[in-house]
Amino acid sequence: VNAGDVLPEQTYAVTRADLVRYAGASGDFNPIHWSDRVATSVGLPGVIAHGMYTLALTARALDTWAGGPGRVVELGCKFTKPVVVPDDDTGVDVVVRGTVKDVTDAGASVSLEVTCGGEKVLGMPRAVLRA
Amino acid sequence: MPVDASLAGRTFPPTTPYTVSHEKLLEFARATGSTYDGGPAPATFPIVVAFQAMTDLMQDPTVGISLHHVVHGDQRFTYTRPVVAGDELTATLTVDSLRQIGGADIIGTRSEIADAAGKPVCTAFATLVHKEADQ
Repeated sequence: VNAGDVLPEQTYAVTRADLVRYAGASGDFNPIHWSDRVATSVGLPGVIAHGMYTLALTARALDTWAGGPGRVVELGCKFTKPVVVPDDDTGVDVVVRGTVKDVTDAGASVSLEVTCGGEKVLGMPRAVLRA
Repeated sequence: MPVDASLAGRTFPPTTPYTVSHEKLLEFARATGSTYDGGPAPATFPIVVAFQAMTDLMQDPTVGISLHHVVHGDQRFTYTRPVVAGDELTATLTVDSLRQIGGADIIGTRSEIADAAGKPVCTAFATLVHKEADQ
């Protein structure tokens, strides 16, 4: 791995069923992630993905690039734009892109871009992968 | 009513110990499409424990945060080691910073996640944005 390496783009479809599974797995049952009624009542266009679900997909891409789990030593982002998930069978695609910024003894620093419908949904997502 | 300024610097009691099972890691990995082979947990799994610490904070009657007016602003993890099945984890939350911007409280939290021996596993930093009703 070298600075400047562009990592292969990863695309993940997100459906309402995925959000229900994630709610159960994570324990975050906020109804804005499963009820259109509640989501629209707080001014959202509809049900949105958990920010942490989008970050989990980002971690999944990192595992894919690193060749397996357990190599992430740092991971973070701001939650800047909601991922609106339609009530249909196809859902919406979240795309994760990464570029290696620098490589030190501590590991590889990866600059990320996470988009949905061409718009960035996470602010300044970045990670460090163990060497 | 804004959150009391004395919240800054406060450390809350550790969460109830959480025992990590293979089944829970498998469930979390399946829900996120991640790989779990019996070894390291998916990287964001510690949110399960950190979320408990944040929930405890928001439900603390002395803090004055109303749960339904909180937005998760950002999240960052630094890992000493990956979580594995069998870990008994606790999260100890400290409010690192508190600012008021445009009627919102910006609450910077740090949850130190440790194993049963008290050894650090990971640190979860979260910013909670607390907005009053009708804003």
